[in-house]
Amino acid sequence: MNGNVKIDSELCKGCYICIEFCPKKVIAPYNKVNAAGYVPVAPSNMGECTGCGICALVCAEVAIEVYRE
Amino acid sequence: MSGNAAIGEAAIRAGCQCYFGYPITPQNELTEYMALHLSRRPGCTFIQAESEISAINMVYGASVAGVRAMTSSSSPGISLKQEGISYLAACELPAVIVNMSRGGPGLGSISAAQSDYYQSTRGGGHGDYRTIVLAPSSVQELADFTHRAFELSDKYLVPVIILGDGMIGQMMEPVEFKHEAPAVLPIRSRSLRGAKDRPSRIIKTFTSNPAELEEINWSLYRRYQLIEKEETTAETYMTDDARLIVVAFGIAARIAKGAIKSARDNGMKVGLFRPITLWPFPSKKLLELVKVTHHFLDFEMNMGQMIDDVHLSLGDKATISFYGRPGGVIATPSEVLRVITRLYHQKGLDTKK
Amino acid sequence: MKTVYTRPKSLKKRVFHYCPGCGHSIAHRLICEVIDEMGIQDKTVGVPPPGCAVFAYHYFDVDMAESAHGRGAAVATGLKRANPEAIVFTYQGDGDLAAIGTAETIHAANRGEKITAIFINNAVYGMTGGQMAPTTLQQMVTTTTPYGRDAKLEGYPIRISEMIALTKGAVYIERVAVNSPAHIIKAKKAIRKAFQAQIDGLGYALVEILSPCPTNWKMTPVESWKWVDEVMAKEFPLGVIKDITGDKNAD
Repeated sequence: MNGNVKIDSELCKGCYICIEFCPKKVIAPYNKVNAAGYVPVAPSNMGECTGCGICALVCAEVAIEVYRE
Repeated sequence: MSGNAAIGEAAIRAGCQCYFGYPITPQNELTEYMALHLSRRPGCTFIQAESEISAINMVYGASVAGVRAMTSSSSPGISLKQEGISYLAACELPAVIVNMSRGGPGLGSISAAQSDYYQSTRGGGHGDYRTIVLAPSSVQELADFTHRAFELSDKYLVPVIILGDGMIGQMMEPVEFKHEAPAVLPIRSRSLRGAKDRPSRIIKTFTSNPAELEEINWSLYRRYQLIEKEETTAETYMTDDARLIVVAFGIAARIAKGAIKSARDNGMKVGLFRPITLWPFPSKKLLELVKVTHHFLDFEMNMGQMIDDVHLSLGDKATISFYGRPGGVIATPSEVLRVITRLYHQKGLDTKK
Repeated sequence: MKTVYTRPKSLKKRVFHYCPGCGHSIAHRLICEVIDEMGIQDKTVGVPPPGCAVFAYHYFDVDMAESAHGRGAAVATGLKRANPEAIVFTYQGDGDLAAIGTAETIHAANRGEKITAIFINNAVYGMTGGQMAPTTLQQMVTTTTPYGRDAKLEGYPIRISEMIALTKGAVYIERVAVNSPAHIIKAKKAIRKAFQAQIDGLGYALVEILSPCPTNWKMTPVESWKWVDEVMAKEFPLGVIKDITGDKNAD
């Protein structure tokens, strides 16, 4: 699998919609709180990411950038 | 021409590009004049909007886009426009609003009255703001003041109200237009037309920071002080030796002049002080007249609105009497003459040296 | 390494003040993507509403002029008529467009004003704390319908888009949602088409966007996104309501 995502944890508001829609479940809640007090998400298990871009599509905060080989 | 039509012609010659209005008596001839003469001019827009509220907001939009825009209505419709006027004032947007006032309150009457003085001069909408208010008393002045209104509005970035009434709107008098229509007016610099080759711009009034709004208010009022200093206008008529001075604006001043002429014929020394800018009210010029006499008669076609400003200007230096006719009843010169005569004798002005 | 997705140029980099999962954020982003793709950033003038999106000018990097509540269509009319080269869009909520602004909306559409209206329908008045909107659903509890909206007392949810479609000046009206990837893609196409209708000079175009409001619906973001499908879209069916852009283009 050759996708990669970058998530800006300070923009993320922890709505978890990306987790809901990610077909490969490669995003998960992070283990800390950001400056605004939300628990943001972070990439996890990136080996499975296909770079489909659905997470960025549904991210309300434009916190996700998606790349593909 | 009729007064209403004269406003329309003067506006077109002043480079008014957009007119948005709604039918209401007694100013329909103005809306119709613009439909006939403005709507087909290249680059110009005439819209009969769905309401007076919509019309003032269209004016706001056109003013944001940097062009000269105007709306007109009569008293009840001007009530509807107050929110829009407040927004124009807050955003420092030029606009000309014509009120051909009629009897009120409520749906009122369609006849001329002067009961919108408070509404016009006290900033009829919400918030601290002022609009320049011009009070013409002839068809010629309607034409001249319309041109002046656009100039003042652009110069100071404040909305300007032309406070006419149903009578001068419908009167037919000879009028001379001193300006030809400008071919194309330049677009105002602080306008929104798409952020080409410059950063994007915002025109807004809301702020979640009261301190920011406080500074905006102070800044507006500094400008109002400048307007007071530079643009306050009044006319005096036969006041040099007057023992009684009538204070009147607009159509009432016209009626008063007729009465004063007759009073002079009858040997009474009466004069007229006519505010032309109702805001800024010519307080200083009025106060100067206490050197001539202490007796003033405030005559208005309402229940007494300008009289507040007369009191504020003269304080306890003068005796101020009041004569008013509300509801759209047009006082006659002979009626006003009777009031003048009675007052003149009551105050012993005939026996003074 | 190919970039699949990155922030649109005309969307300022600034944290949205909108709630987590709010439809505004998606809508803003889609509009900016369309503005970028169509290359109209330096010609666009937007009119935001009072409401949660009153600060829309913090995010859209285009000229923006605030409007009084409900008057967006009139302000846009003035802007467009005074400067026909600009691309003028309004961004309005359900109260702004369908309560206080009903007259302005219908008549701008009726006159065929060449403007693009983006209508955010979240079935409540969000910014003021969750009161009933014209589009509030039956039995829905809001702060001014604490017993649930009762048609006998409070009337029915209004389908303003269908009403606007009856005017001859309206050329393109579509209802979309932003609660799933498929819907978001469709919403963007609709927004693009609505801007294209203005560029082609055809008439009034409107996109109604069913938008989740987790805070005032008292749900989690994920629940609210589901609720749009399960409940809202049943009352407000998604799809094209009117499209005469083809005929108009032929004209």
